[in-house]
Amino acid sequence: MRRLLLLWLLVLLALPLGAQAQPAADDAAAIELLEALDVDSFPAKGRAIEVIVASDDERARGWLQALLDGRLQRADDGRFVVVLDNRGRDWPVEDALTGEALGEMSRRDLDRIGINNALRNQLRSAIAVVDLYSADLALRRASAERLLGEVDVDLAGPLAEVIEGEEDARVRRRLLQALAIHRLEQGEVAAVADLEGSLHSRVRVALNQAANGDDPMLADAARNALNQIEQMLKVNRAAETLYFGLSLGSVLVLAAIGLAITFGVMGVINMAHGELIMLGAYTTWMMQQLLPGQPGLALVLSVPAGFLVAALAGIAIERGVIQFLKGRPLETLLATFGISLILQQLVRTLISPQNRTVVSPEWMSGSIAVNDALSLTLNRLVVIAFALAVFAALVLIMRRTRLGLEVRAVTQNRAMARSMGIRATRVDILTFALGSGVAGLAGVALSQLTNVGPNLGQSYIIDSFMVVVFGGVGNLWGTLVAGLSLGVINQVLEPWAGAVLAKIIVLVFIILFIQKRPRGLFPQKGRAAEG
Amino acid sequence: MSFLRSLADRDRVFDFLVPTASPVDVRHGPILYLEDVTVSFDGFKAIDNLNLTIDDGELRCIIGPNGAGKTTMMDIITGKTRPDTGSVWFGSRHDLLTMNEPEIASLGIGRKFQKPTVFEALSVFENLELAMAADKRILPTLTARMSGEVRDRIEEGLATIGLTALRDRPAGILSHGQKQWLEIGMLLMQRPRLLLVDEPVAGMTEQEMERTAELLTGLAGKQSVVVVEHDMGFVRSIARQVTVLHQGSVLAEGTMDQVASDPRVIEVYLGAEADEEMA
Amino acid sequence: MHSTHFWLTRPFAERSTQLFLAVLLAAMTLVTLLHLAVPQGHPLYVNAYTVNLFGKYLSYALLAVAVDLVWGYLGILSLGHGAFFALGGYAMGMYLMRQIGDRGVYGDPVLPDFMVFLSWENLPWYWLGFDMAWFAFLMVLLVPGALALVFGFLAFRSRVTGVYLSIITQALTFALMLAFFRNEMGFGGSDGLTDFREILGFNLRSNETRLGLFLASGVALALGYVVCRAIVGSKLGRVCVATRDAEARTRFLGYRVERFQLFVFVVSAMLAGLAGALYVPQVGIINPSEFSPLFSIEIVLWVALGGRATLYGAVIGAILVNYAKTYFTGAMPDAWLFALGGLFVLVTVFLPRGVAGILAYRLKRRRTGDDAGASGNENSATGSEVTP
Repeated sequence: MRRLLLLWLLVLLALPLGAQAQPAADDAAAIELLEALDVDSFPAKGRAIEVIVASDDERARGWLQALLDGRLQRADDGRFVVVLDNRGRDWPVEDALTGEALGEMSRRDLDRIGINNALRNQLRSAIAVVDLYSADLALRRASAERLLGEVDVDLAGPLAEVIEGEEDARVRRRLLQALAIHRLEQGEVAAVADLEGSLHSRVRVALNQAANGDDPMLADAARNALNQIEQMLKVNRAAETLYFGLSLGSVLVLAAIGLAITFGVMGVINMAHGELIMLGAYTTWMMQQLLPGQPGLALVLSVPAGFLVAALAGIAIERGVIQFLKGRPLETLLATFGISLILQQLVRTLISPQNRTVVSPEWMSGSIAVNDALSLTLNRLVVIAFALAVFAALVLIMRRTRLGLEVRAVTQNRAMARSMGIRATRVDILTFALGSGVAGLAGVALSQLTNVGPNLGQSYIIDSFMVVVFGGVGNLWGTLVAGLSLGVINQVLEPWAGAVLAKIIVLVFIILFIQKRPRGLFPQKGRAAEG
Repeated sequence: MSFLRSLADRDRVFDFLVPTASPVDVRHGPILYLEDVTVSFDGFKAIDNLNLTIDDGELRCIIGPNGAGKTTMMDIITGKTRPDTGSVWFGSRHDLLTMNEPEIASLGIGRKFQKPTVFEALSVFENLELAMAADKRILPTLTARMSGEVRDRIEEGLATIGLTALRDRPAGILSHGQKQWLEIGMLLMQRPRLLLVDEPVAGMTEQEMERTAELLTGLAGKQSVVVVEHDMGFVRSIARQVTVLHQGSVLAEGTMDQVASDPRVIEVYLGAEADEEMA
Repeated sequence: MHSTHFWLTRPFAERSTQLFLAVLLAAMTLVTLLHLAVPQGHPLYVNAYTVNLFGKYLSYALLAVAVDLVWGYLGILSLGHGAFFALGGYAMGMYLMRQIGDRGVYGDPVLPDFMVFLSWENLPWYWLGFDMAWFAFLMVLLVPGALALVFGFLAFRSRVTGVYLSIITQALTFALMLAFFRNEMGFGGSDGLTDFREILGFNLRSNETRLGLFLASGVALALGYVVCRAIVGSKLGRVCVATRDAEARTRFLGYRVERFQLFVFVVSAMLAGLAGALYVPQVGIINPSEFSPLFSIEIVLWVALGGRATLYGAVIGAILVNYAKTYFTGAMPDAWLFALGGLFVLVTVFLPRGVAGILAYRLKRRRTGDDAGASGNENSATGSEVTP
């Protein structure tokens, strides 16, 4: 066993040595390959590219890519280099043959190997073909994607071979589709069978062309396939609407749930709630300024920081203003509105009236492709998960902790709770801190979806309150259901009514809704609820 | 949308066509009649199969421990709460369950709340003025002028509750007992057929209590009065007929002495209190 | 105290109304004199711009009176009165737009410029009739009144009160703002209605017309004030106060609270519409920003600062805040929102009865000569205003 391990280590150590030794031997041939590119005639360059593809040199892909990007250049001393970063005056370069870094070179000492659009296309498929032979599955998959709709007569032959040898089912299917599109263009009816059920837009374009073509049989087959695809697309679109609705809804839940808590317990509307959301968002932005280059870490740290900042601001509002306005909910509303104006203006003065962009960390950008037509953007997915997590945490706090018990007691009957020895003032402060902190969390989440600006909070306060009214005051589950359903309703309405009208319809709906259920979806019953 | 439908309804009689004071039919004896009334909040039955009859001109006391459903019963009679099942009749003509609070009030049912609620920003005189039986629709209210007759009636009411000296002071400055009387006075101005009085002597001094007892017993005969009260001494001093509520239904009914000697009553309600009170 | 006067003339017998009308009349006369009789360049000369500004303040004051009627006496905090104001303004704006005739940029005899720009063929049906002054002026009252009627009917019937009602009214004006921003609505989208030329044949840019509009605003304010006074001084006004302080009790007395609320709400909305109609020709534009929730809540601040449930307090507050706004936005634009926000907090926490509260307290002390009146003051502050 031990000997085996040793052997393995030796192999590992030997590998890089070998890899380094090999290029030296091939250098002459490689230089020849590159020399062929440095000619004036574009057709000649095209032939040179074909030679490079056929060369089996493992550096070929890098060259082709660099050529495509315009980064394959020739230095004054005749060496071929790859420019790593072509901003500024002096560019860092590396040797095209050895990959060895050569430091910075002046742009004046470098000569770019030019290409035209025809060559660009050729390069793209060439890279795709090179990648198809790669051992790396991810590369092969990506290249198969790229070939869709790009297959021509020259490529069709080799592609069929590749498909024979390909083991991965996904790559195979994709390549079959790519080939089928080509066959369809050649007028082959049987090719339609290979394209059925594919949601890729390229496939649909090809089928559409065929459906409108001259060949009636082909057109018929293509039309059938298209109809079937259209059905599947509908389902997908519905799923997408639902997804966007849930993501909007979870934002609403996040924004509203803090309000629901403070309103439920203290019976006051904190009109500065939106600005607490804004503070949370700005905290995220600040964190990213403090930790440049580490957006992920900054975002993770922003969660507690945003909670804390907003919670402290909330406590300040409660102690500074709201406690003096006990039993005067309308005045509280006005005073907190004043605070919201001050906070907005403070941000405008201290930071900037302009919007700020918060960078999304890598693990939040991009998307998960469910199929060709439906991909779920990661940032929304994370926000949905985050909202649910915050909600679950709040439910736990309310159900399982002493604070939750006291909060519920005060919500139901303040006077009674007081006489039972619950310090209502302390509960008020803690509740307000909790509600405000959650608003801060909402801001952290929002910073990943929209720009951060002084007006961020304003646009959410009315919506948040609608959610609270819709769900029923003092009921976390009501807020969840109301927030998610309002989000979905909004998204469903939007395509046929437009964003503005959708919003108006939702507002009117809620105004009518409270006609029927003045206390929301899940009202509190009994004497305590009688205001 | 139901309001649109109601507008289209040809048989609808608009409120302004309805005569305001429809006579209460008491030829069959009872003025208030509750049958099999049940109401529950979140599964808790506040009123459970309650049956109660109040005769015309009667003074009835209703007692019962906390949570027996006394206030909820008042809420049902005045239209604030709708029962899940059962029926509530005022006289033998008016089904109270089909009416809202102002309609019930204008039929002649007045209610005094547990916590004295008077209009604190208005003067004592104005409190009585608003309470007085009158055309209470918008335009008549807007154009109402103070006639000599109206003024005299209010002065009369002021004298009855003994607040003449404070007629122009805002009701907010009155003492607790004075607010209670003002509220009773407001009820009297309504000229109700039935008065519902919720804990009238809570927080009153001995003398105030005596005055209140006089006030209430003076009313009986002209009006039917239902008093909900905790204070046994007070109940004993005014009651002819007592009903004991327990867990939302009637436990016992009779004179104070009959009720006080009922073993079930002693067990569930009077208990320890009975020892001192009944002694 | 409860006079037997006809309800609408009753206010003229009240000292506070007499005083208010006298001050208003004096101010209007003074401004007119200083504008017309004093030569230009004289330090006391009031130029047309200032007359215009005062006219604007007066229309705001009327708006504030309308808000005080529902908030002060009925306890309904409307955060959407800007909507009624704006609707009245739009009705007036539509009339002024039709008066432009073929003098617009595109020279279309019927269609306003923005419609030509959107290549509309015909005037939408809801623009018909607005070329006639009497119709437009009627709509100034009826459109806000109708909205208030429908909205109030729905809200009061289901007993939506307190902060719920406040937020719903805010949502109402917010929804209207979004709607009016749309070009498809036919009200000029985000640009609104502007480039007016004349009203009732008078050139809007002439100094005489400006003075006329200023005086008209003053008269409208006086009328509005008297109507509101008449309402709050009647038995109906006392029912309103009763509703504000103990709604359930009022119901049990046999008053149909929701109808009283609706009645007063509609009257208030109409007054707000009238204020908007006077405002628009003086500023020369109406656009959706008048629907913004911020404006509506600002109105409430005027009333709060001036003193609730006094009516004249609302007038004082409107003029004070707007004067400050004019000053600040000119001198220190950034500071204005700080000042506004600070005012909200300060007034609600430290000055719950506003400037009028201070005045009343001073007066009372001077009259009684000691603190005896102050003990009852706590509760009677609003009451004493209702029953002068």
